Amino acid sequence: MGDTMLNLWAALPEMFLAVAALALLMFGVFAGKDKAFRTVSWAAVVAMLVTAFLVIMGQGGPAFFGQFVADPFAQFCKVLILTGSALGIIMSIRYAERERMARFEFPILITLATVGMMAMVSATDMLSLYLGLELQSLALYVVAAIRRDTVRATESGLKYFVLGSIASGMLLYGMSMVYGFTGTTNFAVLAGVMAEGSLSVGTLVGLAFMFAGLCFKVSAVPFHMWTPDVYEGAPTPVTAFFAVAPKIAGLALFVRVAMGPFAGVVADWQQIIVLISILSMLVGAFAALRQENIKRLMAYSSIGHVGFALVGLAAGTQDGVQAILVYLGIYLVMNIGTFAVILCMRRNERMVEDIVDLSGLAKTKPMMAAVTAILMFSMAGIPPLAGFFGKFYVFKAAVDSGLITLAVIGLVTSVVSAYYYLRIIKVMYFDEPVEDFDRNGTEMNVIMAVATIVMLAFVFFPNPLTDSAAVAAAALFGN
Amino acid sequence: MSDWPILSIITFLPLVGAVFVLLIRGEEANVARNARWVALWTSGFTFLASLMLWVNFDNSTADFQFVEKAAWMPGLNISYHMGVDGISMLFVILATFLTPICILSAWEAIEKRVKEYMIAFLILETMMIGMFSALDAMLFYIFFEGVLIPMFIIIGVWGGQRRVYAAFKLFLYTLLGSVLMLVALLAMYFDAGTTDIPSLMAHDFGYNMQLWLWLAFFASFAVKVPMWPVHTWLPDAHVEAPTAGSVILAGVLLKMGGYGFLRFSLPMMPLASETFAPLIFTLSIIAVIYTSLVALVQSDMKKLIAYSSIAHMGFVTIGAFTFNQHGIEGSIFQMLSHGVVSGALFLCVGVVYDRMHTREIDAYGGLVHRMPGYAVIFMFFTMASVGLPGTGGFVGEVLVLLGAFEANTWVAFFAATGLILGAAYALYLYRRIVFGALTKENLKNILDMNPREWLIFAPLVIVVIWMGVYPVPFLDVLHVSVENLVNQVETAQAAAAQAAQLAAN
Repeated sequence: MGDTMLNLWAALPEMFLAVAALALLMFGVFAGKDKAFRTVSWAAVVAMLVTAFLVIMGQGGPAFFGQFVADPFAQFCKVLILTGSALGIIMSIRYAERERMARFEFPILITLATVGMMAMVSATDMLSLYLGLELQSLALYVVAAIRRDTVRATESGLKYFVLGSIASGMLLYGMSMVYGFTGTTNFAVLAGVMAEGSLSVGTLVGLAFMFAGLCFKVSAVPFHMWTPDVYEGAPTPVTAFFAVAPKIAGLALFVRVAMGPFAGVVADWQQIIVLISILSMLVGAFAALRQENIKRLMAYSSIGHVGFALVGLAAGTQDGVQAILVYLGIYLVMNIGTFAVILCMRRNERMVEDIVDLSGLAKTKPMMAAVTAILMFSMAGIPPLAGFFGKFYVFKAAVDSGLITLAVIGLVTSVVSAYYYLRIIKVMYFDEPVEDFDRNGTEMNVIMAVATIVMLAFVFFPNPLTDSAAVAAAALFGN
Repeated sequence: MSDWPILSIITFLPLVGAVFVLLIRGEEANVARNARWVALWTSGFTFLASLMLWVNFDNSTADFQFVEKAAWMPGLNISYHMGVDGISMLFVILATFLTPICILSAWEAIEKRVKEYMIAFLILETMMIGMFSALDAMLFYIFFEGVLIPMFIIIGVWGGQRRVYAAFKLFLYTLLGSVLMLVALLAMYFDAGTTDIPSLMAHDFGYNMQLWLWLAFFASFAVKVPMWPVHTWLPDAHVEAPTAGSVILAGVLLKMGGYGFLRFSLPMMPLASETFAPLIFTLSIIAVIYTSLVALVQSDMKKLIAYSSIAHMGFVTIGAFTFNQHGIEGSIFQMLSHGVVSGALFLCVGVVYDRMHTREIDAYGGLVHRMPGYAVIFMFFTMASVGLPGTGGFVGEVLVLLGAFEANTWVAFFAATGLILGAAYALYLYRRIVFGALTKENLKNILDMNPREWLIFAPLVIVVIWMGVYPVPFLDVLHVSVENLVNQVETAQAAAAQAAQLAAN
């Protein structure tokens, strides 16, 4: 039995990254603090790349006496998370230096949050789950408020902290209920208990609380209120990071909890997820219609995307899990690309973040406008771009599970949300130009180009992503 | 030659051309000139290549020809499957035929962002050809909806005053229809385990499921055709689109709906098609009569032709749902001839619009005095639109009416009424623009068509006469495939009737 083994090697990537974070912290302190920002940042990126390599090469298997598992599902999510975090750091370097935000703790905090996320997606016990989640959350609270000299950032950090703590409390409360009624925190044992018979009311209440806490973490409606404020208030690179890595980790954790210990009682929680998914898609579509600030718009857009991803979870099948993973992979690239564009919205040495600031971009910066247009069409889910395939997979899983109404509602809301993505294209292409933006950084151009190529090329080469997602989903179902 | 992947070449050649246009660098005037020429050569060559389809086409079989199949998403059992039969082959040629004409018509009319314009058109051509030759429903859907991206850009960037409104309306309207089709496709996939079109045609869907599937597909195709009452996006889109955009919209994109009915609704959901045929007839007759009346009172030339398109497409849908050889052949023939004729009419509007920059009918009058050549050409296409014998429009309309008569006399009667109204608005338009005294001051210096414009219209005139005088080559291509389709539908309907009979006993 692997459950009775320590098997430290399975957690090698996490340990490496944790040690690297600590080493960088020491290095930063002794190497002159903020002067070392750039070095520390790039070192953190390198550490993440090494970690990703370790994840892919790792032997895997269960570890820590059933608390932790490094299966293909975890591997897949970890690679996505590490990519998101590393790109988040890369995109923040130039910004931080210009906006006097260049604290060397910043990349280190992101690294620590990443360690937490990796622990989350590998958790097979509620205790390790909570540990990972809190490591992530605490680091993120600080990151959100890293510019403590501006009111907006402080406000958003505080909001995030207060609401996040409530959510953690709910999660913890739910877990204690489940523990109280089943006598175990271990996922495998829980799954066995669930398989035995129907759910007791106490467990169901606990489950509902746990889901509520998780919904907060992935900003699903009705626990989404913090998202627009935090996205708008936080410095843009932080928003970019928030929109991808923690979201992917949160959704992966959601899947792990729902399809692990509670896989046997899909019928009991399916309606909850269906409802949350529909609400998220609706809010994501309708609330974004009138937004003027592009970061706020992206916040609502991400709420909508979470709704779409949850459609896959609502299906409650292996195909559904594969669909979520494909969706997350595409979502990662799409969002990183879009935030690279937002980070390039800089005029006369100042960041601008209104949609109208993009006016006439097609004339002043044609390539950047083309890139943005492709990303927006992809976000709207128009074929042949990659975003369409993400939606295709989740809705296919939903239809296969007989959730046709959910699929119809989802696709109709995607038409509504197409409106505001199109509006961005309209502003860039159909309106008269305003002043040109400042020159883009090279790293931004590279990120935008790569994201666009992925969006365009996915239709020709879908198999690397979908196949590895299939392997990852199969692992979760033990085959 | 036959082992070449000719359909893929035709489909993706314009895309390659678009990449070349994208790579053009340098001074703006040079870029524009090179972009025009690259686009023209690419689309012209694509047209020539597509003629190879017709040359090598085997009229004696209903099977799909030039079939290509390659693994695409093996995990989902979805493959890259291309091929054409008698129903789709001529649409491919229609698309390749109209694209170079569009590019040529935009030669001087489009002055800003020429490079982007050409890229958009070439991408559009790839999407259109791919749509007509896709033999996998998933592939079909991708091309079907992908068309929206270049079309949105074309209308939004190079359109008229209210272009933003029109572009959004076109996009959201069609997208809403298409997503319902996507759900239906997913449901079919779930039921049949494949998205392969030939396999789906062979699959037997339950009657109730057919009803729902049919409605979902209807939502998408009815918007595309467009059928009354979901036609309102079309006049807006046509009015605001640049000339070439209108030509492609009327010439090819509207046919996607009609083609969809013939490719999906009829063979895959024959029972539901039978059930809903009265609905189609009713909506089509309303479209034919109502939009003809609306066309009579239009003051905008393009809007008038747009409404006439809706009326003509009403004939197409009537023909498709007669379920007999004449009706369906007429329906396809009507689509082909309407593609050429309405495209030509929009080009006629474009000729005077380029000179006067207004589409108001009242701003013109007496053009025959200054532009005799134009008057002849415009007269010719007006007559073709009315359905004068000897033009392509006549053959299609007669076949449809013949088919409708076999199916239901009243449908034929009302449809024929539409023809009379059609003659009324078309001739009324022609009279107001071309005849009368030349009183408008600014029209007194207007010039007749230049050689480029003659070059654009020449092939259109030839094709319309050819289709009208000797339509046999076109109909020969259709015969066997349509016969097969009719048999398929009849067999399924007869089997269902028999089953009902048995159940009743």
